Amino acid sequence: MSAFAQTQTNETFVLNLGPQHPATHGVLRVKLVMDGEYIVDAEPVLGYIHRMHEKMGENRTWAQFMPNTGRMDYLHALAYNHGYVSVVERAAGIEVPERAEYLRVITTELNRISSHLLWFGAFVLDLGGFSPLLYAFDDREQILDLLESVTGSRLTYCYFRFGGVYNDIDENFAAGARAFIKRLRERMPMYHALVTKNIILMKRLQEIGPISEEMCRKYGATGPVARGSGINFDVRKHEPYSIYPELRFDVPVYTEGDSMARYMVRMDEIEQSMRIVEQALDKLPEGPVMAAKAPKIIKPAKGDYYHAVETARGSFGVRVVSDGSNTPYRLKLRSPTFSNLSLFGEACRGMLLPDALALMGSLDLVIPEIDR
Amino acid sequence: MKLNAIKQALAVIAPEALAEAEHAKKGALLDVTVSATQVVEAVSVLDKEGFFIEAITGVDWLGEKENAHKDAVAAAKKKAQDAGKAAAKKVADAGGDEEAQKAAQKEAEAGVAIPAAPVEPFSEEMEVVYDFNNFAEFCRVVLRTRVPRSNPEVPTISHIYPGANWHERETHDFFGIKFVGHPYLAPLLLPEDADFHPLKKDFHV
Repeated sequence: MSAFAQTQTNETFVLNLGPQHPATHGVLRVKLVMDGEYIVDAEPVLGYIHRMHEKMGENRTWAQFMPNTGRMDYLHALAYNHGYVSVVERAAGIEVPERAEYLRVITTELNRISSHLLWFGAFVLDLGGFSPLLYAFDDREQILDLLESVTGSRLTYCYFRFGGVYNDIDENFAAGARAFIKRLRERMPMYHALVTKNIILMKRLQEIGPISEEMCRKYGATGPVARGSGINFDVRKHEPYSIYPELRFDVPVYTEGDSMARYMVRMDEIEQSMRIVEQALDKLPEGPVMAAKAPKIIKPAKGDYYHAVETARGSFGVRVVSDGSNTPYRLKLRSPTFSNLSLFGEACRGMLLPDALALMGSLDLVIPEIDR
Repeated sequence: MKLNAIKQALAVIAPEALAEAEHAKKGALLDVTVSATQVVEAVSVLDKEGFFIEAITGVDWLGEKENAHKDAVAAAKKKAQDAGKAAAKKVADAGGDEEAQKAAQKEAEAGVAIPAAPVEPFSEEMEVVYDFNNFAEFCRVVLRTRVPRSNPEVPTISHIYPGANWHERETHDFFGIKFVGHPYLAPLLLPEDADFHPLKKDFHV
């Protein structure tokens, strides 16, 4: 924190950042009270893309809500698919064939890589480096092609079903995924040489935007934000679901708490996701991809149920309350970046505006998921 | 074990309201119901044990009591019918004529009390649900409290968990639940002049 920021003067002014600003990655507005170049106070203003998904959930059947899940976090739609089908399967007691769970994990992890690649490109773009975005999108394109071949869509996936997935993979997909991993493994050192070890990036990120462990706890920050602050918290390990317990992967944790730590967590996670996909492809069992007895009309027993999954941005939880009918009585969506962004106001106090934008970028915001 | 520690600490506040949940079926380990006045105390306990806040939300239970009453009336009526039939059959088996059967049936039916309609309208309720979890060890604790629908007020916990600030604003947006002591209960996701609460069950699109 600078000495400038600590001197309280009356000469502050209000600066509007957004809602149409490239650094906010969507329609997020931040009301900033500035003292010269330094931020005195910041208040994120939400709701520009609020669509009331939770009310929509109450007005359609359990299955009809599926497409909505892919439209919240459009960068990691499959994890949202996974969270929602898991909670409904838990409520209705539906068993999922093993092959389907493997396919869920393979596609979700590929999707996680594509999300991190997009974040990587856009984040470096925020900091003024244009070309890494093009490289990252080149790699991401390969994943989109792969996922398109099996899910049928390129962004807002709706691939999972209660009791399995709707489409099996073919030989081309498995070969394509392996080839992609080989390619990305070869390119990761290039990313690190080009970006991570770049002195400008280091100066922009190291010791910028520190977030403490306590702050994460008080605000409920999860995902790479928490893991960059020394908290070893990953829902896949913490509250194991699907077939994650059978796969070997590490949870990257950095203790610095600065923007660089969050950057490094995500770069390491790309490597871990590649490990997961490889193992899952190796172990992929034969069998059906859809439970034979999965009911067409879902009517979970009365009560409420919760299920959390690890998305690219943190812990996504769904709480459903069922009254025993074919529509949810209440559907609560706990999105990770809502909590992650809520600490921004406190974290950016006293920072330079460009540094605050680096901090904001390192939070990896996806606005439709915050506003829901 | 976090679960035991938190159970002991919460048992001091609400001894009857603790219910262990089965994680595989429910997704939580502990389900705690407290009164609105005990919320701050219970949350302080969770804070001391190092829990982090996952979410706050509401559930509108409009019609819950009325439906429960209707169900109770229907069940009682069915019970009366069955008892009447059984009594009539008994008389018939013993050789009683039709009139005796009818009398026995009536008598048996009258013997079953049917819940009376309440004099005053049902006092409907809303529920506030708090989710907490722990970074060190998985331990999801669900804290619930019920408030009257006509005057939904809960004390804020945003001074304990600053992250609760937005969750409470969102819950106020959607349900109109007032968080007493909240520093800035303005609409968060809804338009700034919104005077409606879309997740109330009597709000129709």
